Amino acid sequence: MTDRGAATDAVPVDPQEATRREEPRRVAPRPVGSGWRQRLEIAFFVTPALALMAVFVVWPVVSAVRMSFFRWKGFGPMDDFVGWSNYDLVLHDEVFRDAVAHNFTIVVLSIVVQLPLGLGVALLLNRRIRARGLLRTIVFVPYVLAEVIAGVVWYQLLQPESGVVDGLVRAVGLTPPDQGFLGTPDLALWTVFVVLTWKYLGLAILLFLAGLQGVPDELYEAAQLDGAGWWQVQRRIAIPLLAPTIRTWCFLSMIGSLQLFDMVWILTGGGPANATTTMATYLVSQGTQRHNYGIAGAASVILFVVGFVMALAYQVFVLRRDTAVER
Amino acid sequence: MRSKTRGAALAALCAGAMLVATACGSDDDSSESGDATTITWWHNSNNEPGMGYYEQVAKDFEADHPGVKIEISAMAHEDMVDKLDAAFQAGDIPDVYMERGGGELADHVEAGMVKDISDSAAEEIEKIGGSAGGWQIDGRTYGLPYSIGVVGFWYNTELFEQAGITEPPATMDDLIADVGKLQDAGITPISVGAGDKWPAAHYWYYGALRACPSDVLKDAVTSLDFSDACFVKAGEIVEQLLAAEPFNKGFLTTKAQEGATSASGLLATGKVAMELAGHWEPGVMQGITEDGKGLGDRTGWFPFPTVEGGQGDPADALGGGDAWAVAEEAPDEAVEFARYLLSDEVQTGFAENDMGLPTNPAAGDAVKDPALAGLLEVRDAAPFVQLYFDTAFGTSVGGAMNDEIALLFAGEASPQDVVDATQAAADMEQ
Repeated sequence: MTDRGAATDAVPVDPQEATRREEPRRVAPRPVGSGWRQRLEIAFFVTPALALMAVFVVWPVVSAVRMSFFRWKGFGPMDDFVGWSNYDLVLHDEVFRDAVAHNFTIVVLSIVVQLPLGLGVALLLNRRIRARGLLRTIVFVPYVLAEVIAGVVWYQLLQPESGVVDGLVRAVGLTPPDQGFLGTPDLALWTVFVVLTWKYLGLAILLFLAGLQGVPDELYEAAQLDGAGWWQVQRRIAIPLLAPTIRTWCFLSMIGSLQLFDMVWILTGGGPANATTTMATYLVSQGTQRHNYGIAGAASVILFVVGFVMALAYQVFVLRRDTAVER
Repeated sequence: MRSKTRGAALAALCAGAMLVATACGSDDDSSESGDATTITWWHNSNNEPGMGYYEQVAKDFEADHPGVKIEISAMAHEDMVDKLDAAFQAGDIPDVYMERGGGELADHVEAGMVKDISDSAAEEIEKIGGSAGGWQIDGRTYGLPYSIGVVGFWYNTELFEQAGITEPPATMDDLIADVGKLQDAGITPISVGAGDKWPAAHYWYYGALRACPSDVLKDAVTSLDFSDACFVKAGEIVEQLLAAEPFNKGFLTTKAQEGATSASGLLATGKVAMELAGHWEPGVMQGITEDGKGLGDRTGWFPFPTVEGGQGDPADALGGGDAWAVAEEAPDEAVEFARYLLSDEVQTGFAENDMGLPTNPAAGDAVKDPALAGLLEVRDAAPFVQLYFDTAFGTSVGGAMNDEIALLFAGEASPQDVVDATQAAADMEQ
């Protein structure tokens, strides 16, 4: 961003952009003839941030890529070059393929389930009802809780036999699964998803509520004057105007689902029988537990590429609409 | 003008970078400062009485060796393992630290980070005898085992009585019959922390130990060849037990030792009748129960039952232990200190404080805890003690093996699958 600002005085800009930029410039006029000094200042202030980013972001990424071409146990010299074989191994590993499937299941489920649910609650909480502030707070509390704490609490609640959830299920006359919700391979991923929904619904609702604040009251009023009912107003006005917020939330949710790790690690550790592994749990168990750092490196590069491609595609095909509207 | 600007920008960049660098700082922990020698020592006895005892041991050593200072870091076991991993990656390990032997040690040795103490500690190695084998590679010794234990069933004597079981089972058929008796009495027979995988894997390891003659196992550890039919039989023994459904509900995600819902917790709080675990179990149970007593005087122990048609010696045991190893770059005094830790005096104190099962024969009689003393007898009577397979094969092969055994427990892998997965991981190593 900053070097773009420095470059604008040399590069001719299109008139529309120039008018947009004029105002802030009038407020803080740049001293004439001190371009080099400003560059110096920019360099001085930006360097620490760049250095931190290089050390904590760029370098780890580069070293993970490098690692992925070696067989390495995590110590000693990294000299056993194996080419693409780690990638070959990861891509042919059934556990990793399942992990990718689990990630995408969560991506799709999140959008299909959490979007309507979050939207519904947000629309309800946007009405003038009693104790609205309190309700909004309650809905948001799970999101504020530390993920690890929420995970440990749910782990205890979901214990077979002694857990609260099993007790509740029994109290309403149903039979809980014999091995518990987390211990049954066919149920584990769904159970994890329910916990994730509980945890992250608050964020969706908060974002949607914020988006709804941006809808001008006049529009509601005009619609009401035209005789539209509450439902019609929501469907024709609130939701369409909320679309940019929804698209942004979908993006966050997608990225979060792809990187899913903490909750799974605490609730199931990827088990039972690999029923809940994600790409992230796969690479952590290969790396820190089995010391196959090369394989973990390859898995992390694949995760990076998948995340990057999806983010880019989403930006290009979906979010472009929003940026285009802005211009 | 242009180059001047660039130069100035570069200077500013450097200034910024230096700012960051100095802010981060660097702590230089060279082992020698002035004329005093500092030895760093990491151990996992972070509870009393062990922690205090080790402090005293370090002080005694310092008193005998003027100019030597010992810097102790006492950590919880899991923390220590993680920190050691990180230290190995950084190439800067403590002078005296814990090694578990097997494939892990072999990797460390191959990376040239562990000191060969075959000659400098020859006296201690001879005293320890055959137990030191797990820390030897090509005839050279790299660690002094100070505690070696064996795995067996820990059980609740009261619950066994309730179910009408008069004596612990000796054969697999007896065990399965007892499981039935406990179930009839409404008691969950066995807990297993299959969520952590290795506790489940111990069943398979013992299956292999009962099914295979010890020389087949010894061969397999070096040749990584699992083609002998007895390895499939190991899985079948596990399946036979699984068919009786003896395990606690949700055992596939149960943890080994953390909290009251873990496998150890279930045994300690009287929710299940028994658990297959190593010599650490009484200590773990004491840590979980509020009164700090664990099962107390209701604690019982019996070895893994024998299996019909098995080719293994019924007295063979599965076990493992901890050894003191010295970093390649550590000062000579560190070797002295490791030797001191294995001395009659320190090992006797170690045993008196119930910190483990001492390897120095002179300390054997000092073990006070009756359960541990019984275990010591079993260990010393065993003609062959197999090191936990995952440790013996190293994390990569061991991890693949444990994962597949966990699938066997979930009913999603066959005994043949376990052998195939292990073989596949082993072939990759070569």
